[in-house]
Amino acid sequence: MKELTVISGKGGTGKTSVTGSFAVLAEKHVLADCDVDAANLHLILNPQVQHRESFPGMPMVEIITEKCTGCGLCEQLCRYGAIKDGAVDEMSCERCLVCYHACPEKAVQLVDNVAGEWFISHTRYGPMVHARLGIAQENSGKLVTEVRRRARTLAEEQGKNLIITDGPPGIGCPVISALGGSDLALVVVEPTLSSIHDLFRVLELTEHFKVQTAVCINKWDINPDNTREVENICHNKKVTLAGRLRYDPAVVAAAMEGKPVIRLPSTVAGDIVSLWDCVRQELGV
Amino acid sequence: MIIAVASGKGGTGKTTVATGLVLVLRDSGHKVAYLDCDVEEPNGHIFMAPQCNESEDIFIEVPEIEQDKCALCGKCAELCVFNALLVTSDEVITFPELCHGCGGCRYFCPAQAVRSGRKKIGTVERGTAGRAVFVRGELQVGTALSPPLVNAVKKNQLSRGINVMDAPPGTSCPAVATVRGADFCILVTEPTPFGLHDLALAAQMAKSLGVPCGVVVNRAGDGRELIENFCLQEGLPLLMKIPLSRTIAEAGSRGVPLNQAEVGWDRMLLLLYSDIKGLIMSERAYGNQR
Repeated sequence: MKELTVISGKGGTGKTSVTGSFAVLAEKHVLADCDVDAANLHLILNPQVQHRESFPGMPMVEIITEKCTGCGLCEQLCRYGAIKDGAVDEMSCERCLVCYHACPEKAVQLVDNVAGEWFISHTRYGPMVHARLGIAQENSGKLVTEVRRRARTLAEEQGKNLIITDGPPGIGCPVISALGGSDLALVVVEPTLSSIHDLFRVLELTEHFKVQTAVCINKWDINPDNTREVENICHNKKVTLAGRLRYDPAVVAAAMEGKPVIRLPSTVAGDIVSLWDCVRQELGV
Repeated sequence: MIIAVASGKGGTGKTTVATGLVLVLRDSGHKVAYLDCDVEEPNGHIFMAPQCNESEDIFIEVPEIEQDKCALCGKCAELCVFNALLVTSDEVITFPELCHGCGGCRYFCPAQAVRSGRKKIGTVERGTAGRAVFVRGELQVGTALSPPLVNAVKKNQLSRGINVMDAPPGTSCPAVATVRGADFCILVTEPTPFGLHDLALAAQMAKSLGVPCGVVVNRAGDGRELIENFCLQEGLPLLMKIPLSRTIAEAGSRGVPLNQAEVGWDRMLLLLYSDIKGLIMSERAYGNQR
């Protein structure tokens, strides 16, 4: 079983458009949307939810006013400034439970917390596991891990040999969770100074976690000089340049129609097919 | 005044709007600071060209075990909800990368065998771009936990003046840490189903933090009614539209800020500021009565 994770560093470079088209081109695969904060893959793959399950977060704490003597110990111990005047601010609380364990009056109680939900869905391009994290919930990394675990189980059950994962932007907690143990990270970059800056940090991250990496340049013709710069970086870092996609208004048109771009007649479609061929070779599937 | 610039979806133009706004405010004589809170991938310096002369390492507290005092009772590992400690038959192993610095293990250890150590999570750089204050946080690659670094960046806010904070994408911990406590939040989006979907999430986030917000549509062309309808329905002010323009896109790719990309944007950005100022004042006047 192989797993491909599409990431980017900088957001909005085209991860989901690329993943959506791979979903059409690949065979015998399972899809996983690991951008649990702001998932978008479902907007172009039109999934029919077959199974849904709530994702329990870490329990919240609540102070029982009647038992509280106002000693202030919880407030003093809380490193996150989440307790003020005997009340817990849910948005600042890290759920560490120090207050719960420390309270001499046992006035702090645990409250169950649903952090999000995950789904197994049917799409015309194969089965898909996706999720939705509640607003401002902790634990996006754990939900990402859950989505990947379910995708793997599903692939095993259905005899699929590939998992295609749409990753989150950035280099923090959810990206680390989406990347660990993946067989290939495909980094989607744009020829902008911002995206190039972020590429360096993402390559450092994939190196740190020892994940084989390939790069694809999206909208390469927007700035050919910067595109050459990206190509040089790939060459120097010995990272495979898997493809270049030209700027094509069809990408936005496809998103508007809620379809993978490869399903529309377009000039960029040929670029995506060559990109997929290269990625497939890198993966060995 | 604190203005956060957030988006939900990545790559919609947060940094374009935030840096453009700071530069026109600076050039029109305001006391202004730009704070890059997108610590995973900070990009503001590309547009601001700052001179940074101060750099501060940011640490979180992590446990260090004095093995000779430790009785291997297992209390620390039992209490740690982040699984940052493991008690084996002959020692305690710590995983600093999982630690959230709550200090529970140290407080509860019956043998007082937990010392407070520290782990670097990133740096905060301070400097200036002309007369504007420039601050940015940069997360150390391989570090998962970013909110403490965002909070370290926020400590540099001007007490008198305008603070513009560039948020990371998404709606979870680091974005929340940035937007919390702001007077206003600009939500930058693009007129696609992706942009709309994530705008709705970001608007919910701002609402749950009690921060009033308004929308800037970037790359406006076909389909902008998607966003306009949403704004009408949600009662969100539509503050500004940046058209889909090759000139602006190319300028952005070279690190040219919006106010210099095309004639007229300096005035548009100043109007954006005065609209926001008006919205904050009316929120203060009437918001409390609601």
